[in-house]
This record gives sequence, structure tokens and C-alpha cells, in this order.
Amino acid sequence: MTLAAVLVLALGTYGLRLAGPLLRDRVRLSERVTRVLAVAATTLLTALIATAALTSGSGYAGWSLPAGVLVGGLAAWRRLPFVVVVVLAAATTAVLRLLGAP
Amino acid sequence: MPFSRSAGLAVVFGMPIVMFGLTNGPPVFTISAMRSLWRTLDRGLLRDVAPIALASGLVGASFGAIAVADGNPLWVPVAMSLLVFAGGAQFMAVGVVAAGGTAVAAVLAALLLNVRHLPFGLAVGHALGGSWPARLVGSHVMTDESVAFAMAQTDPRRARAAFWTCGLALYVCWNIGVVLGALAGSAVGDTDALGIDAAFPAALLALTLPALRDAVTRRCALVGALIAVVATPLVPAGVPVLLSLAGVAAMLLPVPRRVSAPADRPADGSSTTEARS
Repeated sequence: MTLAAVLVLALGTYGLRLAGPLLRDRVRLSERVTRVLAVAATTLLTALIATAALTSGSGYAGWSLPAGVLVGGLAAWRRLPFVVVVVLAAATTAVLRLLGAP
Repeated sequence: MPFSRSAGLAVVFGMPIVMFGLTNGPPVFTISAMRSLWRTLDRGLLRDVAPIALASGLVGASFGAIAVADGNPLWVPVAMSLLVFAGGAQFMAVGVVAAGGTAVAAVLAALLLNVRHLPFGLAVGHALGGSWPARLVGSHVMTDESVAFAMAQTDPRRARAAFWTCGLALYVCWNIGVVLGALAGSAVGDTDALGIDAAFPAALLALTLPALRDAVTRRCALVGALIAVVATPLVPAGVPVLLSLAGVAAMLLPVPRRVSAPADRPADGSSTTEARS
């Protein structure tokens, strides 16, 4: 990586991050649009969760990773503390990998 | 209001100014009440943010080590982490170059991963705060996690505290991790062995579950997630998540009327709208 590449990536990323708050400020958002934006953000997050849990590169991630996320998800659903959710997910995946699961 | 600006920082900065005006009782009471409110907020938030910040530090260490192992000088991972501050994009950029790709290809592939920040910013822009410094700095610490933490709050003030607490904690931990990892080099082990890659989606899931209790949101999100997973082997990284936005069109479908018996209500229906665990 050259310095120029790092700077272009930094500026581009910052621009993408700043665009949302600035655009949101420019226009008065109706309740309907606010609702659509919230649903869109939740949809993006859910897609991030699904792809992060199930895929690695362009293929299937193996069983250990989705199993850990599933255990974490069940813990969250049972309303266990957030830190327990995170630790259970990581520990499940780590133990499965230790046992040789893909 | 001392905390009319973003984050707990505003309280720290605002306090001395307000203190000058203190000559008698009532204002002291008001301020101490506000301070204890912030302390409570921050303690709960910090407890929730801590494991994610710690995990990001570990992933940062692995990024620093990998970047240096790929032949980059020390300043590359450090400068990237300070200036770009986007884990997925940083791994992608370094990976493309290590695989023999050009710098242009690396930057484009990494930027594609970050396009999602635009709709995120539209959705949670208000959680940054209204002032220019808040928007300029807040935008830089926008991550999937800080967005999810903000979205999980029902109260706007808590959303702002959550966004900033998570964003700043991740920024500090990520960058410390990268420096240590780059210095330690090959001594840093594989974070996958610790299951850290499961910690992030599980954390996001815990933060997103409250929003998914809404039937329309859940339908859009599930359609979107399905699209993203199916598209993953077919399109470049970053695009599947953007394609998931097509799932939002499911909002237009009529909401199925629930005809469930009232009996199944108490078990599930007692759920509060308060999001954080």
C-alpha cells in the first residue's frame, strides 16, 4: 500500500460516512421516510450478520462459525447480558474449532 | 443543558463552565442529578461496549500483524487504522495488494465494502449530535457496531450516548491493537482460534433483535439477508449487503393480520420496547 492509496481510501471512506448525516440534515424527513431509513439500516445489519455468520470469502464458512453465532443469538433472545452473548458466541466457535470442526 | 452536545465528553467539557455559575444550592442538585444520570448510562453502556471493544482490539492486533507480515512498513497499518478506521475495508485493501492486485483495485474493493455507511449515516445521523464538530468527528467513528448500538436505543439521548461510547471505545481499542499487533508481528496468533469472528455477528444480532420484533421490519430484514447470502458467491465483496436493501421493498406488501389466540400473549407480549440487555 502506498501513502496515496491509504489517503484516497481514507478520504473516500470518510466521505461515505459523512454523506448520510449531512444529507439527513439538508432535507426535512417525513415520518414515513424516517421509518424506511430505519428499516433499511436494520436490513443492512441483518444482512451483515447473516453473511458474517454463514459465509467466508465467497463460500460457506463451515459449521463452527454459524453455530457460535446461533448460540449467541439464543442467549440474546433469552435476554442474557450482552457480555454473556458475546463470550458464549466466541467460546462456542472456539471450542468447536478446537475439536476440529470446520 | 450541559449535555446538549454529544457524548459524555460534553459533560466533562461543560462542567467547568457551568461550575463557574454556581453560587447556591439548586443548580448543584441539578448538575449532580445529571451527572449521576450520565454515570448510570455510561456504566451500563461501557459494560456492553467493553467486550466488543476488546474483541476489536484483538482483531486490530491481527490486522497489524498480517499487514506487516505481507511486507508493509509499520506506518501502513497504523496510518490506515487511524485514517480509514474500517476493519473489513482495511483487511480487504491489504489482502488485494498482497495477492498481487494494484493499489487502485485495492482501494475500489475496500470502498465498495464501505458504501453501506451512507445509508447507515442517513438512518442514525441524528445520533451523532447536531453541531459541526460532532458530525465531523462522529462520522469518522461510525462503524457497524456504533450504528447498531445507537439503533438499539429508543430514547434519542441514549442513542447518542451509545453511538459515541461505542464509536470512541472501538476507535481507541482498534488503534492500540493495530500498533501492538504490527510491533509483535508473527507473535500474534490467529484470532479465529478464539472465535472472535463469531463475537461480532452475535453482538450485532443481540443489538438488532429488538428492532426485529416489529413484523414489517423483520420481513424486510429476512428477505434482505437471504438475498445477501445467496448473492455472496456471485458478486464482489460488499455488494451482497447492499443488494439486501432490495428487501426493504417488502414493506409494500400487506401486513398479515395476526389471528393468534390471546393465550400466547403473556409469554411474549410482556416484552418491553427497551432495547438494551
